[in-house]
Parts: sequence; C-alpha cells; structure tokens
Amino acid sequence: MAPSPDQAATGTELVKRGMAEQLKGGVIMDVVTPEQARIAEDAGAVAVMALERVPADIRVQGGIARMSDPDMIQGIIDAVSIPVMAKARIGHFVEAQVLQSLGVDYIDESEVLTPADEAHHIDKSAFTVPFVCGATDLGEALRRISEGAAMIRSKGEAGTGNVVEATRHMRALRAGIRRLATLDETELFVAAKELRAPVELVREVARLGKLPVVLFTAGGLATPADAAMMMQLGAEGVFVGSGIFKSGDPAQRAAAIVQATTFFDDADVIAKVSRGLGEPMVGINVATLPESERFATRGW
Amino acid sequence: MNVPVIGVLALQGDVREHVAALRAEGAEVRSVRRADELTGVDGIVVPGGESTTIGKLAARFGLLEPLRSAVRSGLPAYGTCAGMVLLADRLLDAPPDQPTVGGLDVTVRRNAFGRQADSFESTVRFAGLDGPPLQAVFIRAPWVEEAAGDVEVLGRVEGGPADGRIVAVRQRNVVATSFHPELTGDRRVHALFVEIVRRHLAQEAGVGTRRPAGDERGQS
Repeated sequence: MAPSPDQAATGTELVKRGMAEQLKGGVIMDVVTPEQARIAEDAGAVAVMALERVPADIRVQGGIARMSDPDMIQGIIDAVSIPVMAKARIGHFVEAQVLQSLGVDYIDESEVLTPADEAHHIDKSAFTVPFVCGATDLGEALRRISEGAAMIRSKGEAGTGNVVEATRHMRALRAGIRRLATLDETELFVAAKELRAPVELVREVARLGKLPVVLFTAGGLATPADAAMMMQLGAEGVFVGSGIFKSGDPAQRAAAIVQATTFFDDADVIAKVSRGLGEPMVGINVATLPESERFATRGW
Repeated sequence: MNVPVIGVLALQGDVREHVAALRAEGAEVRSVRRADELTGVDGIVVPGGESTTIGKLAARFGLLEPLRSAVRSGLPAYGTCAGMVLLADRLLDAPPDQPTVGGLDVTVRRNAFGRQADSFESTVRFAGLDGPPLQAVFIRAPWVEEAAGDVEVLGRVEGGPADGRIVAVRQRNVVATSFHPELTGDRRVHALFVEIVRRHLAQEAGVGTRRPAGDERGQS
C-alpha cells in the first residue's frame, strides 16, 4: 500500500529491512560504556551494541543475563551519532517494548541473554523498531524472518573467541540456500516442511538465491582474519562482541577489523592490519564446553 | 554510443542495490575501494550506509583527496542518504572531525528526522521526473538545512512535522537525495544520473581529449 504524500508510514517492512541494508559491509561492536562506544565510533563501527556485560563476562560470572539498565543504554545513545542496538531476552516482549521506548535503533533478540520463554520468540512484526535474530541454519533463519526479523546473524558461540561455530552456521546457511535453488516447485513444498518454515519464504529464497533480509555473522570473532573469512563465506557484515574490548589494544583491533571487513578479499590489506595488534582475547575451546553452557542451542 | 563507466564507492553500505540499478540503466559499473579504481570512471555514486564509517575508510585508504578533486573538477556524482552527507560542503550534528568529500554548496543535517523509530516511507514529487511521485524511504535520514548558490531543490517533504524540508538537490553534475531510490526498484533517479553522466561525456568529447577522472588539471 503506497502512502499518500502527507502520510508518512513508519515501521514498514521496507523501512526495517532497509535499515539493515545500510549496515552492510560494516562492523557492529559490543560496548559496555559510553567511552567504549566512542572508541568504536572512532574506529569506524557502523553501529554499537549496548550491553552491561560482554558475552565473555556473562560466561565467567554466570547467573541470569537480562536486558541492560536503561540508564546505561541511554548513556551510550547520548555518546555516539551512529546507530545503537540493544539486546532483549528471547521471548521477552516487554524488554523489547522498553528498548523501543528508549529509542534504540535495532533490537537483538539474543541467545546470549537467558531466554525468557521456551516456546515463543517475540512477535517482531508488532514493533516499529526492527529486530535482528540469530540462526544456526536456514530453517531457523526463515522462522525468525516469518516472525518479523528484519536482519539475521549467525549465532556462532558468543564469548569464546572461537570462530568455529560461526563458520559452521555460515556454511549451513549458505548450503541451505544453495540447495533450495536446485529444487522444483513440488520439492519446495517438502523443503518447507523439512525447514519448518512458510513455503512463501522458501520460494522467495529459492528465487533470490539469498535471504530476503541482510545476513551478518556473529559469535566468536576475534581477529581481522576471522571477520574477512566470514565475509568470504557470504556474510554481509560482522558483529564483534567480546573480541574487541577483551583484547590488549581495543582501538587498534577495532579499526583493523573494520578495514579487514571492507577489504575481506584482499590478503595484503588483511596482513597489513593484522600486524602488531597485541593480545587477542583469550579463547575457549568450544568442544570442551558443556551443553548447558552453549548459547547457540538457545532458541529453535 | 559510448557506455558510461560509473563507479560505486564500495567501502560500506548498500552498494549492491546501486550497482544493480545503474546496470539496468545501461551503465558499466565498477566498485571503487582504492584511489586507482577511480581512474577511468565517468561518474561516481556514494551509496547509503554509515557516513562516519565511509568517511573514515575513505580517508584511511587515500580516497578522500582524489574524490574531492575529481568532484570539484566536474566528475558527476550522486549520493543517497550517507552519500548526501559525504557530498555536502557543510554538516550539522556530525562528529567535529567527520571527513567529507564535499562538492554540493549545501548544509546537511545528519540524522535530521530522528532515530530509526522515526524512519519512514512516503512519496516525493521530484522536479523534472515524468510519472507519479517517487516512493521514498528515509532511514535515519539527513535533510538539506540550507541550499546556497546555484543549488537546485528537486524535492521536499510534504506534510508531517518535517513539511517543506529539502530532501533532493542538484548542483550542476552533483545530485543528492536524503532517501534511497536504490531500495525501491523505481530507477528514475538512477536514469537521470546516467543521463547526466552521458551528457558530461559528450560535452567533454566535444571539448577535446577526455582526461581520466581523478586528474583535476585541465578540466574546467
């Protein structure tokens, strides 16, 4: 429905998905203070994710991880001119309402926080503010899009500094999309059933050869080379959580990851920006993580 | 007729959508991430994206000065949203050190309409375009606070709190829109830009030898 000239329509699908299109080729960084937000902006981040504890600390400290304090989010909104995102718990639609009321630019319905509902994700189409959601494979991505997600990211395994799960998820998403392109109309019905996703969305992906929304990567990225690898695997941009501010020289590492994301296909640039970055965050071997400590299995 | 070669600044943002629209309008399109990739382009598009990110990357990779001199010496340029910010001579509500390319004698206010919750779609009557008003999507969009000199105003917001605000401008070969025609599938603004590039090429061919873009000497 085209609005008449004097009727501006907010929160439309085009406005929500279009916002993510503007972030492509960029790096979104987790920050816990206004100072960190300014460092991220100076380094060339396209947006910051405001949160109280980065995933690495959530792992160490344990307990229930919830939406951040509104004061803390407001402080970051006031500190920078780039978009500010914030996380709500899976299924916690009131946290999402609060974040929308604070004026955040994107909500991440995130498995990094402790889920608030074990059966239902947030009805994201009911909001004016757009949502990004994590996915481990194509079916999960399409279920989130059908609920109204305007952007998808791989889940990876946040707070580990280990990119192996993000790699798994990006490859699974890519393989799933490629497979759909080879199917005929009858087979797409079966594929929709297997993917537990609406057939209209499955058809659209088969036709486009990509998701109908922007696809970023997240979860365990710690180096410029990690970011570039994900871009070569088909990500349209990257989230870096603990990887920047848990490292030895955050400003320099942040700038290096931004440059490696733009020049993801140029090994000379990646080599140059990878020099002398100091200590990366200390990593965790995902294989030794007990099931109960894995974030990626939250959500369905 | 020569096919015009148009570069799309590909440091960050919705590059792919501009590439597709320009190709569909008959241009040969190149991604530009390095200064040497500007050589031989007949026009440049600065896409939507995050203007602070694009500006910083352009400065870091030595693109800012070549872009500035190319646009100042007449290289046709079109910017959408962040691209409008980068083509503006003067900025409001921007970090004090935000680098820009400039070329448009305008003052642009960043994020003028507000945050993402205030982003909207509407229609804009665009001067000189045939057909119905353009569907226009504004995403954390800037507006032109003040247009000076020989800047033509091509479109304004109609109705609502921002009624009358300038959202499309042209100054000689430089065009900018606050909104994103690359996202809607209506290619009339891209067609207009390709036409500006073609005319500029024909003019230069008439004047004499064509010089590569980025070489500011000898062009008037």
